[in-house]
Amino acid sequence: MNDPRTVLDIKGLTVRLPKDSDRENAIEDISFCVNAGEIVCVVGESGSGKSVTAQTVMGLNPPDQLTPTAGSILLNGDEILNIPQPMLRKLRGERMAMIFQEPMTALNPVIRVGDQIAEMLEIHTDMSVSERNARVIEVMEDVNLPDAPSMAKSYPHQLSGGQRQRIMIAIALALEPDLLIADEPTTALDVTTQAQILDLIKDIQRRHGTAVLFITHDFGVVAQIADKVVVMRNGQMVEQGTMDHMLHHSIEPYTRMLISSVPPLIPPKRALMTKGKPILSTQSLVKTYGAKGWFGKGRVVHAAKRVELEVRRGETLGVVGESGSGKSTVARCIVRLINPNGGEILIDGKDIAGLSQKALRPVRKDVQIVFQDPYRSLNPRRSVGKSIVEGPMNFGVSKTAAFKRARDLMEVVGLSPNALDRYPHQFSGGQRQRICIARALAMEPDVLIADEAVSALDVSVQAQVLELLDQVRKDFDLAMLFITHDLRVAAQICDRIMVMKLGEVVEQGPTASVYANPQHEYTRILLDAAPGRDVDFTAGVSAVR
Amino acid sequence: MNTEVLPVEDDEIVKSNKPSPWVRLAKNTSVRVGGFLFSIILLMSLFASLLTPLDPTDINPSNRLKPPGYEGTLRDNDGNKYQVTARMGTDTLGRDIYARVVYGARISLIVGIAVALISVAVGTFIGLVAGYFRWVDAIVMRFMDGLMAIPAILLAISLVALSGASLTAVIIAISVPEIPRVVRLVRSIVLSIREEPYVEAAISVGTPTYLILWRHVLPNTISPLIVQGTFICGSAILLEAILSFLGVGIPPETPTWGNIMAEGRDFFQIYPHAIFFPGIFLSLTVLAINMLGDGLRDTLDPRMEGKF
Amino acid sequence: MLVYLIKRILAVIPVMLIVAVIVFLMLRLTPGDPAAIIAGDAATSADIDLIREKLGLERSLIEQFVLWIGNMLGGDFGESFYYKRSVTSMISDRIWPTLALATFTIVIACVVAVPLGTLAAYKQGSWLDRTVMGMSVLGFSVPVFVIGYVLIYVFAVKLDWFPVQGYQPIADGFGGFIYRLILPSSALSVIFIALIARMTRTSVLEVLNEDYIRTARAKGLSETKVMTRHALRNAAVPIVTVIGIAIAVLISGVVVTESVFVIPGLGTLTIDAIQGRDYPTVQGLIMLFSFVYVLINLVIDVIYSLLDPRIRY
Repeated sequence: MNDPRTVLDIKGLTVRLPKDSDRENAIEDISFCVNAGEIVCVVGESGSGKSVTAQTVMGLNPPDQLTPTAGSILLNGDEILNIPQPMLRKLRGERMAMIFQEPMTALNPVIRVGDQIAEMLEIHTDMSVSERNARVIEVMEDVNLPDAPSMAKSYPHQLSGGQRQRIMIAIALALEPDLLIADEPTTALDVTTQAQILDLIKDIQRRHGTAVLFITHDFGVVAQIADKVVVMRNGQMVEQGTMDHMLHHSIEPYTRMLISSVPPLIPPKRALMTKGKPILSTQSLVKTYGAKGWFGKGRVVHAAKRVELEVRRGETLGVVGESGSGKSTVARCIVRLINPNGGEILIDGKDIAGLSQKALRPVRKDVQIVFQDPYRSLNPRRSVGKSIVEGPMNFGVSKTAAFKRARDLMEVVGLSPNALDRYPHQFSGGQRQRICIARALAMEPDVLIADEAVSALDVSVQAQVLELLDQVRKDFDLAMLFITHDLRVAAQICDRIMVMKLGEVVEQGPTASVYANPQHEYTRILLDAAPGRDVDFTAGVSAVR
Repeated sequence: MNTEVLPVEDDEIVKSNKPSPWVRLAKNTSVRVGGFLFSIILLMSLFASLLTPLDPTDINPSNRLKPPGYEGTLRDNDGNKYQVTARMGTDTLGRDIYARVVYGARISLIVGIAVALISVAVGTFIGLVAGYFRWVDAIVMRFMDGLMAIPAILLAISLVALSGASLTAVIIAISVPEIPRVVRLVRSIVLSIREEPYVEAAISVGTPTYLILWRHVLPNTISPLIVQGTFICGSAILLEAILSFLGVGIPPETPTWGNIMAEGRDFFQIYPHAIFFPGIFLSLTVLAINMLGDGLRDTLDPRMEGKF
Repeated sequence: MLVYLIKRILAVIPVMLIVAVIVFLMLRLTPGDPAAIIAGDAATSADIDLIREKLGLERSLIEQFVLWIGNMLGGDFGESFYYKRSVTSMISDRIWPTLALATFTIVIACVVAVPLGTLAAYKQGSWLDRTVMGMSVLGFSVPVFVIGYVLIYVFAVKLDWFPVQGYQPIADGFGGFIYRLILPSSALSVIFIALIARMTRTSVLEVLNEDYIRTARAKGLSETKVMTRHALRNAAVPIVTVIGIAIAVLISGVVVTESVFVIPGLGTLTIDAIQGRDYPTVQGLIMLFSFVYVLINLVIDVIYSLLDPRIRY
């Protein structure tokens, strides 16, 4: 199947952005090709133009906003850039197909999934209804969907994220296209599902000899599946080459930075804290969600089942798990943003689980939280200074004293104290996350909870914010509860790890031993699923250094 | 520490290319046209006495039902005579329709603005409380559902009929059916804003509830409420005209556009001007306000499109 | 699905109960003697006593309320003060013209507005879009009675194509029935065309930005198929909802339109009852109109659970 035939050949492609954008072109002078049976990864951080490149190939860019101004795109040797829509429509689906990031929204919610696959056959072939139905079942089985005939009759909302993404892939593959474009197809999925989808794409490419153009921001994913890599930044191509070249021989500083920002799965050595009483602990913490209806039993979700944890001063406990594991529920119960149904939450020995809102207020300053989304964590209408001093002033600190401390904290989190009177929209995502950390520190808490605090950041920024969190934990002698779905990140910062699944703690222990010698089956699955687990991302970098 | 101090210099600041809301407002065609029309009507109502020497209630039995452009002598109630052109003709009591239309603008605008202010103020208060306190919510929203199920016009008509026809009664009667709409809007904003991480952050730094509502929630309701208030103003003016037209609103001798039209109904086929002139002014006023509302929505709160 | 349906039907009860409470209390909580208010200024004290007795005002509020609700559930809305007839029989006499007018209007509005709104959304920013949107603001702003009189003046008085006013029951001939409904329905449909066209445009625009529309285009579907199969089907839910909201506006419009075109329906009955201070009739009519509003919104909820499988399961 190793046919060197070039399927997609992009030469000097430039796409202009609408007027008054922050730069002139979305992408500039991009050239690379994808051969049959080859996976080419286009990798870059947000704003690199990687998705625009993919959409331009499909001709799916909004017509008035993104206009190709130069270059050519050859599909099987034929020019497809700026050809008439009807011709392009015929190629879409038949010769090239695309899958998207959000399997939740990419399928039409009111049409049965089988019909959505069949639609592809209906518009491009003259198959009869029964032939179509047979082919639908065939492709669904090809993407390893169980019980295809009955699943074909379901609606998208009845399927899981991974199943929906398989349906998307089935739609794309229905006509055996030469080129499959995958735009961050696993970003919205859990790590175990991601691993399965990556395996599936790789398997399909091998069996059908499809050329795959794979867009991603995650070098771990790249390492897992790529044959060739194209690195993009701010609409420009930084370099391209084989996977081996990128990992071991690249001398481009940006590529090296991207690679070295992937945290290794091996935890660094940390002194284990055993001394001292736990400052935060929970005992059989329970949270259930359920609709109490008049009719029948409402569906009850056990978001947290008898969760027990302990964190000492100066220690970081990592809580890892996939979506629906209950890790965020635990965090939000401890901050009392939601009320637990049972159990105890002990802060310095005092149970706060059942306190009324009024009795809770004095305790609130002891536990602070940093959220995931830097864009929604700060009130856009208030200057960041006001956001930082809000807490201390609630507890009677004078305005001048609060602002003086805010200035100090800005320096602690690595920002200029003069920026206090600026508004959130004037800062980047990473800077906002630093401000949120400053806001939390302003309360002089004992416990800091980071709820996916680095998950929404680009990898290069992620590393810096992680470092900052670890630093303030040390400097302020905080007990830190670090919630994340990312095992790589958790390995870097946590002293101990707690693995959760469906509301239950399945394993708990020192980070090094959990990673080296996982006791629970699920922990093993999680670790195995981490993309690019076999690749040592430090190797090439250290070689160049 | 390894992280170097990141100086936030001016060139590092994320630049926003969007012009400020005020600039966008001033550039919006709907706002310009609507604002211009509205200003004219507003000026007309404020300076009504400069536009006509006559009082809108002056009766001239000898000059009944004259066509537009009639030139003659009209008398005010004190017996002073004026040689005027009745630009819009006279009605069945010989009152100058032009004078009544010009003065009628006052009532319409007073009703529109008063209803908008009252229903927004009351609705916002109820909406904030309902959105934030669950137990209030259950009771209040059921009541609002009930109130919304009664057609606005019937509710208003009955309220006026019971409390007696007067300007105040009409204003209150029109405000009542508008309140649930404001409550729903404010409540939905509160429910979505209270899920925002910045509100949760405020809770976790111990900010008391009333301050959270005041600092973090209320500011988010202002733009939608300006938009909603504008539309309420328009529909209140319409509803007032309907009440007067049906003869169940403000007393007939008061010059309101609806009353002028009600007065003209019987002789409509021969003297359509008594209905068309106030009708045109009424339509233009409501049009101006609705265009203003559209423009405000597009610039202040694009998400609101279609939700009113 | 069945559970959802039962829940939704039961939810009508509290709403109607609250409507009843509001209607009931409106008269009782007005300052002054309700009987005197109803009787009006020219009433003698004997009149007032009679009314007081008829309303059962000597009993306690709760008793009065329960009695009233009980009677209504049995189909008895009381007796009109003015016409000295049972309210139920008057309503059943006058309901047909109103029903005819409302149905005809909604049909005209939907047939015109949905395609207009869809086209406007598809050609967003074009002259067609701007015209449709401009006309729709105008449609909102011109009151139905002004439109009604303009139509009468142009098409009945000047051109003499249609009768000026009036109504013909369907029993006296279908042609005449429709013929006489054309002007009033056209006048009344303007505001609905505006409302529905606008809402259709908004929801289609919203849907066009959805990821699954991009998926449909990536499949190579033609734009017509993207619109009909994927966009309209999903936009239908909000469009149907706005038609439900429009029912409230429709009821207001019916009252005015009937008055302008002298149609002997529930609208004119309402105005006569209000002016005649015929409180039992007014109460009965408000209860009926509110019930219709709640009922139609119930039907609409059921329709959209059929349109959207996410609600069904």
